[in-house]
Amino acid sequence: MKQSRIVITGVGLTAPNGNTLAEFRQNLLNGVSGITTIDVRYMGRHPAGLCTFDPLKYQKKKDVRIGTRVGSISIYCAREALADAGVNLDTRDKSRVGIYLGITEHGNVETENEVYNISQFKYDTKFWTHHHNPRTVANNAAGEVSLNLGITGPAYTIGAACAAGNMGLIHAAQMLRLGEIDFALGGGVSESPQTFGIFAGFKSQNALAAHADPTKASRPFDKARNGIVISEGGCIYTLERLEDAQARGAKIYGEIAGYCVNSDATDYVLPNPERQAECVRKAIAHAGMTIEDIDLVNTHATSTPQGDIQECLAIAEVFKDRSTPPHINNTKSFIGHCMGAAGALELAGNLPTFDDLIVHPTINVDELDPQCDIPGLVINQPKAAKRVDVILNNSFGMLGINSTLVIKRFVA
Amino acid sequence: MTKDDCKKLVIDIISDIAPDEDLTAIKPEIKLRDQLQLDSMDFLDIVMELRKRHGIEVPETDYGQLASLESCAEYLTPKFAQKS
Repeated sequence: MKQSRIVITGVGLTAPNGNTLAEFRQNLLNGVSGITTIDVRYMGRHPAGLCTFDPLKYQKKKDVRIGTRVGSISIYCAREALADAGVNLDTRDKSRVGIYLGITEHGNVETENEVYNISQFKYDTKFWTHHHNPRTVANNAAGEVSLNLGITGPAYTIGAACAAGNMGLIHAAQMLRLGEIDFALGGGVSESPQTFGIFAGFKSQNALAAHADPTKASRPFDKARNGIVISEGGCIYTLERLEDAQARGAKIYGEIAGYCVNSDATDYVLPNPERQAECVRKAIAHAGMTIEDIDLVNTHATSTPQGDIQECLAIAEVFKDRSTPPHINNTKSFIGHCMGAAGALELAGNLPTFDDLIVHPTINVDELDPQCDIPGLVINQPKAAKRVDVILNNSFGMLGINSTLVIKRFVA
Repeated sequence: MTKDDCKKLVIDIISDIAPDEDLTAIKPEIKLRDQLQLDSMDFLDIVMELRKRHGIEVPETDYGQLASLESCAEYLTPKFAQKS
């Protein structure tokens, strides 16, 4: 059976260093970090990435009060993507629109807030809000988008740890190909800096970043890297079957060429470079390509001492037979780890490379870790490329879930 | 506490529960739901805020007493008086 071609026709995002794709991209090319220092409940000040979009652009104050931070992020990104795509859903069958949002976790923020709230009342649960359940159901982010836009098609989240951002796009493409929907909003979202539990968990794991200068705290591949910077963010794409996009004369950012999702099945936390390499290889094969076709690899590397090395091992293994290596970069060095949004945001930061042929660097590499010194790494300064027709985007997560997405320049 | 004081406290709460609403011309005798965008969930929030901010309990059987600003004052003022 011939599969439909799936294309990206709109991008809406909020990142710690930009609330539009243009602003985000400009900051990636100019070396501008979005990391600051925040007060974390019970834990003092830590580097983190927060977004500065205005929730009231698309929500009433009451909806912001009742909903969640990730709901506001999702609504902002979905509305921005639709505006970018030039699509007015009121002229469409909203039962044929799907919303698929990747999340790393959900409910920690709201649960911690309520536990703190009742702690002010001697832990009497009669002070526990009735909003708790709708705020903490796993589909909250997608559900708030469906409420805001009146979308009556399938709207749910995909829990896939930090591999989730890619998963929103992959699932959207699958559902479009199956004919289950005619239009998709797919991507990833995160509100994780609002929960102390994630900071405390990484701290106890010795995997929480610390640096006197917060803008240098996220430093994948640097020898002195010491952990993850936790960030919030969101990136949602509009995706369509090619014939539908062409019929309405849509702008096309790129085409979903291939993907793979697999599992390590080896450890709760530690990554497995063999399975990561397998994921990358399978995604390339799924795209009908070879390693020679990949021009740019956006790494997942989170700035942890071990994880970065493991991914470098996987990439070096996959591309070892290339005559010239692909360009390799990392976006977390600017924005920290946006968790469920990471994969989707990091792809967005690189999509403009199809047009300007400039590869944004990974910043904050003062001394490259020899174990991360793989061919093709673009460090500290943007690099002009002769050809970027294919981008490979990695996102990996705890419990050993791996996702790789291959996007190619659209050619009719 | 006078009934007017009580009305002010209720309006303070409503301004947080329904922050998009204009409360300057609210009519005390008219049902709140007939002049504001308030639903049953919002009334649960009003009950919760009375509990949190003022230690006032409103049992479910009495929710109807919160229908208008005037009925709120009628019902709540004695409760505030009992507390002071």
